[in-house]
Amino acid sequence: MHPVFITIIKRLGLGLVTLFVVSAIIFSSVSLLPGDFGEAVLGQAATEETVAAFREELGLDKPAVQRYFEWAGAILKGDLGTSFSGRSASGVDRSRSVAGMIAPRLKNTLFLAGVTAVIAVPLAIILGLSTALYRNSWYDRSINATTLTTISIPDFFIAYLLILVFASLWKVFPSLSTVDPSMLLGERLSRIALPTITLTLVIVAHMMRMTRAAIIGLLASPYIEMARLKGASRSEIILKHALPNAWAPIATVVAFNLAFLVVGVVVVEVVFVYPGIGQLMVDSVTSRDIPVVQACAMIFAGTYILLNLIADVIGIVTNPRLLHPR
Amino acid sequence: MSDPTQTPSGYAAAAEVGAVRKRRTWKERWWLALKKAPISAWFGMIVMLGYVIVALFAPLLAPHGEAEIFPTPYAVWDDTHILGTDQIGRDVMSRMVYGARNTMGIALVTTLLSFFIGGGLGLIAAINRSWLDQLLSRTTDVIMAIPSLIFALMLLSIFKPSVISLIFIIAVLDSTRVFRLTRSVAINVVVMDYVEAARLRGEKMSWIMRHEILPNIMPPMVAEFGLRFSFVFLTIAALSFLGVGIQPPTADWGSMVRENASLIQFAQYDLKAGITPLLPAAAIGLLTVAVNFVVDWFLHMTSGLRDEH
Amino acid sequence: MSIDNTQEDSQQDILLDMRNIRIEGFSDEQWHPIIKGVDLTLKRGQIMGLIGESGAGKSTLGLAAMGFARPGCRFTEGEVNFNGTDLLKLKEVERRKYWGTKIAYVAQSAAAAFNPAQRLIDQTIESANRMQLRPEAQSREDAVDLYKSLHLPDPGTIGERYPHQVSGGQLQRVMTAMAMSARPDLIIFDEPTTALDVTTQVEVLASMREIVEQHNTAAIYITHDLAVVAQMADVIKVLRYGEEVEQAQTRTMLTEPKEAYTRSLWSVRSLEKPEEAGDDIVLSMQDIHAAYGAVPVLQGININLPRGKTVAVVGESGSGKSTAARVITGLLPQSQGEVKFNGEVLPSQLKDRTPEQLRQIQMIYQMADTAMNPRQTVEKIIGRPLELYHNLSGAKKAARIDELLNMIELDESFLDRLPGELSGGQKQRICIARALAANPDVIICDEVTSALDQIVQEGILKLLLRLQQEFGISYLFITHDIATVKAISDEIVVMYQGKVVEQGLKSEILSPPHPEYTELLLSSVPDMDPDWLTNLLDSRVSSD
Repeated sequence: MHPVFITIIKRLGLGLVTLFVVSAIIFSSVSLLPGDFGEAVLGQAATEETVAAFREELGLDKPAVQRYFEWAGAILKGDLGTSFSGRSASGVDRSRSVAGMIAPRLKNTLFLAGVTAVIAVPLAIILGLSTALYRNSWYDRSINATTLTTISIPDFFIAYLLILVFASLWKVFPSLSTVDPSMLLGERLSRIALPTITLTLVIVAHMMRMTRAAIIGLLASPYIEMARLKGASRSEIILKHALPNAWAPIATVVAFNLAFLVVGVVVVEVVFVYPGIGQLMVDSVTSRDIPVVQACAMIFAGTYILLNLIADVIGIVTNPRLLHPR
Repeated sequence: MSDPTQTPSGYAAAAEVGAVRKRRTWKERWWLALKKAPISAWFGMIVMLGYVIVALFAPLLAPHGEAEIFPTPYAVWDDTHILGTDQIGRDVMSRMVYGARNTMGIALVTTLLSFFIGGGLGLIAAINRSWLDQLLSRTTDVIMAIPSLIFALMLLSIFKPSVISLIFIIAVLDSTRVFRLTRSVAINVVVMDYVEAARLRGEKMSWIMRHEILPNIMPPMVAEFGLRFSFVFLTIAALSFLGVGIQPPTADWGSMVRENASLIQFAQYDLKAGITPLLPAAAIGLLTVAVNFVVDWFLHMTSGLRDEH
Repeated sequence: MSIDNTQEDSQQDILLDMRNIRIEGFSDEQWHPIIKGVDLTLKRGQIMGLIGESGAGKSTLGLAAMGFARPGCRFTEGEVNFNGTDLLKLKEVERRKYWGTKIAYVAQSAAAAFNPAQRLIDQTIESANRMQLRPEAQSREDAVDLYKSLHLPDPGTIGERYPHQVSGGQLQRVMTAMAMSARPDLIIFDEPTTALDVTTQVEVLASMREIVEQHNTAAIYITHDLAVVAQMADVIKVLRYGEEVEQAQTRTMLTEPKEAYTRSLWSVRSLEKPEEAGDDIVLSMQDIHAAYGAVPVLQGININLPRGKTVAVVGESGSGKSTAARVITGLLPQSQGEVKFNGEVLPSQLKDRTPEQLRQIQMIYQMADTAMNPRQTVEKIIGRPLELYHNLSGAKKAARIDELLNMIELDESFLDRLPGELSGGQKQRICIARALAANPDVIICDEVTSALDQIVQEGILKLLLRLQQEFGISYLFITHDIATVKAISDEIVVMYQGKVVEQGLKSEILSPPHPEYTELLLSSVPDMDPDWLTNLLDSRVSSD
């Protein structure tokens, strides 16, 4: 078999192993719960029977390994368990399925992250390439200073500043990004304008700086000097000589920052009260609704692992040493 | 040649040109470096100094108590309450001052702990390079496969949010990054011939670590400390902002943003009230910008690396 | 400037005329002069050798011939007249039209100078294609012809490969083909064979010389190796500290250099220690096998080191000579065989050896830069073995450090210097002092002079010889350089692919008859004789 496939399969295998271990960590966090947890969820008035029933439902009486495989198996079938909220001391169970709670919110989060990525990725790569090309110019210096500031300040500061200017003082956009399924695309886009701008500012700053660094590192290679001495023009050097070698570093930068976006979404959703899974996770942490927290953590971690996996695969398929073995 | 050991005329080893630096004391060298520091670094250092002073002398500087409640919530800016009061009537100015002490103190302790764990294990892994290195490195890979804010949120849903659990959770999660850096920097030093020479001489591991490795990894580690501090600082602020970090009544900048957020709606009627929630956020931003400026300068100074021209 | 017969020739014959070139480089926030007003004139088809030690500015001057200054450098004065046009007066867009087509460049490290993501043939014809000198298909055919005339294997298909699929020597020849593709008037060769093994170097040199002669291309050949430049150049220019020392026809330069500096460069190669035989074996390796993981590196080697003598271990990269040193020191335990020191078997593992055993065998490294902790002063570097092995401290230690510094021809003003404040030669001397501080019986020298300039090398070799006379130290001297071997050794061990080809007295090994590999190795080492390469190639052809 071609070595590229072997390397990709190995990398996929590693990704699966990571996912497995991560899921085991997220699962086993339940075992760290203090003993009186049943009372805490069900309330002070809970009887011993209802607590025992609750513990049984959680499966705390079964061996951990068996519980893990039941849990993981259910996740693979799309069953994320049931929420802790809605339970009461009397044993009445009005809890909802976690999958049902997450599904609409996941769509919203993907929409927000997707719109941001569509704007941020090309913008960051263009800025990164152009600042690398004209490095130490006035243009480069001002972009660098701006992005260094943007990555240093907390994202909620940017968010509130935008609200202050564009929603409070000058009513261009709504300050709350409440959306519902009946909304049309245009309405939705206007609602998420401010969170998208906030996320874009943060992501572009990181991604642009990393792209710039990667390209400058590449331009210092002896083969780039050789290309110059062979008479290649600036654009030829970038397009013919640097770019074919830059896919791997750029893919890594993009994946890293999209993963970063996944995290940034949490804070931004809370600021703008946007109904996504970031906000759901924070609410569930506050109310200690463990099954929901676990499911959200699993989704975030899975996305993160997947993005890094894609970046590595791009790196593998663009590596001439692997593509053309000796 | 008559006598092969005869040195050629006009040649002396001691006369060879080496880049000799002027002898200077430690103080002189720092003063010289400071004099050459760019404006951004000066700005950063002055800001950091200001923050430290505020944090150290918080009880003297704050006009009121940290959790003292006054009758009027959301009071406007006036002489008694320079920056007004918050949603339950606490003096915002005082809470800003105490917030400096709490937020920075907790971030500092967390960063120190994270360096103690990550730095120590990183050094051991770099020197040992055996199954222990494998174990630590793979564990780090797995922990880093979960975004740290998400991991922290998950752990905070299990352990009740408190200053202690916050410090431990963030320190452990952040130590993975310190571990990676320490390990990679130290490995670059461990493979040097002078470390091999020390081993051949029969030096003990602890001597090699103290005399050969540590002095050579200090500059990147100091710079990393600054960067990790601002990262930890931002993470704690974000968690507090989300309501799962530092808990009331302890004043801290992240939760202050959250508590006063609704004031922003009144900006068009009273701009001062409108920017109140932005003040703690700006305080966070200013410090991290300052730290980044100083770290930039320090890296530039110690690495001697310069951008191409 | 020395007298040159260019003035007598008609102006049409002059291809390149560089006048009063001054170039500065930026470091430590300041501009420093690198080239301080050098003139250079080259006729069509002429090959000029530019020689000098590191920091002489020869690479910078070579690139300046293209009107190019590296990032961080700038021209401050001068003209680069190429075919009557001053390249420095042109805009970069215009200047670029000369690069790769009229003037081509061959870099030192071919492995780094080829784009890893493109096929060799596409890179070969890139310049010719850009200027549309001829149809692309024709350029491809021409490239194959060039590969053929450069004696590359499979010339028809080698161009379809990627850089990492081809060996270093072959890459260097492909790069020559790349330079030749647009049939330039001038090629700059920047240390093209420095990174190659000596047996590979000969072949590359021969094919380069052949092709430039064939096409009557002018060339500037930059190197620090006098014997190499003697084979390649018609005229030689010697540079030092960014200034011209002298210039002359190759034969004149070799036989009667005018300047003292040039003479001192020449004299280095004449150093030779009279050999002495010794029977008292201090260190011996007996049937040593060793491997890195599953890769066998040493396959049953035997080496004997007589007391107070020098055994030189020679071989090319990958021959296992440095691995032998690692086995002796205990860094790489052997899988089979014994290392005996003073008749006793040394434990194979470093950790099982006693401090006394460690003291008796010391090591000096190739790169003095990395062999000393950059954050320790000379005092601490030399003082540590004194504390550790001899329990010296205070005044006694200070006195001994002074004594050691004097032995290596330095003085106490060096005590509080850091390694970064020393020159290359001084660094290596401090390393020698550190080894001496242990009062060892044996010092293993691993390529200790190969990173140094020739004059400095000579100083170090003489110091080592003097110390041997005074203290009766035995050296195991690992090197790939035959001139160094001649200078220092009593006995020679030739290694090839993890085996000892032969061991014997210097005179025996260096005089025929030789085993096949020794013959190849010795015959590949260039002589200062300008006819050496021609004679060698003739003799190799006739013996085939």
